[in-house]
Amino acid sequence: MKDTTADGVALTVSGDAHPRGYLEEKGFWSWVYTLDHKRIGLLYLYTTLFFFLLGGIFALLIRIKLLYPGQQIFSDHMYNVLFTLHGSVMIFLFIIPAIPSGLGNFFIPLLIGARDVAFPRINLASYWVFVAGILVILASLVRPMDTGWTFYTPYSAKTAADVTLLSFGIFLVGMSSILTGLNFLVTIHKLRAPGMTWHRFPLFIWGMYATSIIQVVATPVVGITFLLLAMERLFGVGFFDPAKGGDPVLFQHFFWFYSHPVVYVMILPAMGIISEVIPVFSRKPIFGYRAIAYSSLAIAFIGFLVWGHHMFVSGMSKTANIIFSFLTFFVAVPTAIKVFNWIATMYKGSITFESPMLYALTFIFLFTFGGLTGMFLGALATNVHAHDTYFVVAHFHYTMMGGTMMGLLAGLHYWWPKMTGRMLSEKLARAGWLLTFIGFNVTFLTQFFLGYGGMPRRWAEYPAQFQPLNIVSTAGSWILAAGILIMFVNFIRGLYTGEPAPASPWKGLTLEWQVPSPPPTENFEEIPHITNWPYGYTKRKTDGYE
Amino acid sequence: MTNTLAYHQAASRSAWEIDAVFLFITVVSLFFFILVEGLLIYFAVRYRRRRAEEAHATSDVRSNFVLETVWVIIPSIVVIAFFVYGYVVYRDVTTPSPGASDIHVVAQQFLFNFKYPDGRTGINELRVPVGKPVKLIMTSRDVIHGFFVPAYRLKQDILPGRYTYLYLQPDKEGAYDVYCAEYCGGGHSTMRAKLIVMPPGEYANWVAGAAAEAAVPLADRGKALVEKFGCLGCHTVDGSPKVGPSLKGLFGRQGTLEDGRTVTADEEYIKESLYDPGAKIVKGFPNVMPTFKGTVSPDDVTAVIAYIKTLK
Ligand code: HEC
Ligand SMILES: [Cu+2]
Ligand SMILES: [Cu+2]
Repeated sequence: MKDTTADGVALTVSGDAHPRGYLEEKGFWSWVYTLDHKRIGLLYLYTTLFFFLLGGIFALLIRIKLLYPGQQIFSDHMYNVLFTLHGSVMIFLFIIPAIPSGLGNFFIPLLIGARDVAFPRINLASYWVFVAGILVILASLVRPMDTGWTFYTPYSAKTAADVTLLSFGIFLVGMSSILTGLNFLVTIHKLRAPGMTWHRFPLFIWGMYATSIIQVVATPVVGITFLLLAMERLFGVGFFDPAKGGDPVLFQHFFWFYSHPVVYVMILPAMGIISEVIPVFSRKPIFGYRAIAYSSLAIAFIGFLVWGHHMFVSGMSKTANIIFSFLTFFVAVPTAIKVFNWIATMYKGSITFESPMLYALTFIFLFTFGGLTGMFLGALATNVHAHDTYFVVAHFHYTMMGGTMMGLLAGLHYWWPKMTGRMLSEKLARAGWLLTFIGFNVTFLTQFFLGYGGMPRRWAEYPAQFQPLNIVSTAGSWILAAGILIMFVNFIRGLYTGEPAPASPWKGLTLEWQVPSPPPTENFEEIPHITNWPYGYTKRKTDGYE
Repeated sequence: MTNTLAYHQAASRSAWEIDAVFLFITVVSLFFFILVEGLLIYFAVRYRRRRAEEAHATSDVRSNFVLETVWVIIPSIVVIAFFVYGYVVYRDVTTPSPGASDIHVVAQQFLFNFKYPDGRTGINELRVPVGKPVKLIMTSRDVIHGFFVPAYRLKQDILPGRYTYLYLQPDKEGAYDVYCAEYCGGGHSTMRAKLIVMPPGEYANWVAGAAAEAAVPLADRGKALVEKFGCLGCHTVDGSPKVGPSLKGLFGRQGTLEDGRTVTADEEYIKESLYDPGAKIVKGFPNVMPTFKGTVSPDDVTAVIAYIKTLK
């Protein structure tokens, strides 16, 4: 393979000796022991997508219970278990690892022109630690958790449920996340192809770089917090018990010191994907490259200083509330910058709407809405009313599901042909998209009204006046489920009977499109030499069109 | 939808002020929402590739210093405005009004106890005269709870081992819902109370005990008491177990205790269950029922027993 120039070198896809590329080798052990970042990425993806479906089933059950205001369908305790499982599974086993460990593993080396990550063995170990964590979490189902995914003390220190086991499982999952983050940081620093300077990075790399920093810095804190909680439960040490001189609010500080930054572990990689997809389907260079790249770092940095916005009514001092509120608003600025840049990228483009682009546009649409509703929660006065109501539930589903998940889906549809060597059906992809979009909005838009109308979250029963909107929301969840179902049918169909994919179905210019689909095990026959950034999509009149 | 929103109509100065902040953020955000999404949709339509495979020339702009500076500055100004307005109103609703009367709130799984300065107590029912500001001094017996008055747009967590405060400005008469907003375990969603704002005269009567229960049948009074004292947070009346056993069919039943003894649920047993719940623990249930000694008077216990007898 020759040097790669930014403005797109037509490539000769060499040799058909291994038409299935890195997927050529078959057999169980070839996956269990694989050191190939692509295979490990796929393992992560399949695992996390499985837990997405499981978490989705919990969500559907939650919505079914909420069809009725009273004790119908199943018990309140069962409901409390379900929302705890839904939150824990979706957060720890799906939305945190899916993009970084799944797509990140697969594409970071490809996008920077490397043959693998820096430490392939640690990479494999991180996957198996993740699986070990999952097994421990499943073991905790014997006495299932009913504390909510936030584990607030003193309730979590007192309940009969198996808090210790579940938190140990999450501890392991967190360890895997730290290992992955470290691996990526070293990979990005050390294994770039010659000529791949920081300002020639595809923006997905910038997003993943910022993400990895957060993973490495914040995750140990939640690990330690869970250890303290375990000591409290097992040995009666009173870190969080006022009767022994402890403070239950301390737990909340520890918990959110991790769990706020971690929302950027969820969203930054998704933003990276959007920054790849928008230029390709607009045939335009990305607008404001540096602003997008640096704003990822800014978000990662400011993100460490705002955890207190989850605690405005927790009894924290007023001064602290004021400072946290002020800082919180400043996460909004770099986020807004990105949105403006993506939209400006479309200006005077030549836009097509294949499924990756549909999901990317949906991301911008829903995430902007989710972000703006965050203003009500950042402002102290409105937070006091909206906190712990469905307003918050709706807000974070707009940012996490409307944002991160749509970003993941954009990425999956965009990179599916590269990962599997097969195309997805556009028809099914569009049908799935449409239902998901409608279902999502019906489900969660209503919840803003429920929340401002005063319905608290985590309520198994509720006063009858909230029933009509709850019925609408539940109906929405069924439309949403239908959309997701079609999407997964498409994925499975694509694996087996999808048309063989060309090397570059979307005519992207980043390095992964310069190798066959699926890529060979060593990624590049010859490490490419980079001479320009990857966004030279402009079509000039004089160019003609292929 | 109108149902839901109208239910907790603003009924206090705090609510009017917080709604104003809400409105302000809504209007400004809506403007930016329409601008941003409008451009997104407009560009998507305007610059779509009309005929497949035939790309039109696209521009090569990669950045624009002036534009990018402007869109850093404008959002910064907007968010500072949101912050300041939110802060000013927050300061206002969290500052005690002069002359506020103190009422103690003690929360426990899954009910609120109220204690008035003159020694009166109440469970899940807080009565205040209209127009007179109130300062709630709150603490919890067990886990963290929340005190949420949707019609006042106010909320504050209640912590064990510490006091937190909430300032109410009862500007309108009426009965308003109080919800527990911080997840506290099995009966969390049924941990609800009423804030009853009364005309001063009526309130004085009530204080003087003149608002004594009218001549209602004992069992009906018992039913009201069971609702009022939060028993339904833990017990059902339809036969299904919740945190504790159902009250349905309880009277006269032979039950097994945790320590293996069997007892018949008679009047004395029910009274003991209320006054000393730890003495006999029903097999298979946790020992979490709080004592109602001092809160439910012996007279009221009689009414509760009469009600339980009707639950066959
Ligand atoms: C915090 C939850 C809780 C609340 C509130 C509560 N209970 Fe209980 N109750 C229990 C539990 C748990 C048991 C079973 C364990 C025991 O015997 O102590 C129980 C047992 C009982 C029993 C004995 C039942 C049997 O099957 O033998 C009676 C009677 C009873 N409660 C009445 C009441 C009444 C009346 C109220 C309201 C004034 C009330 N409880 C409030 C939790 C609660
Ligand atoms: Cu946060
Ligand atoms: Cu509660």
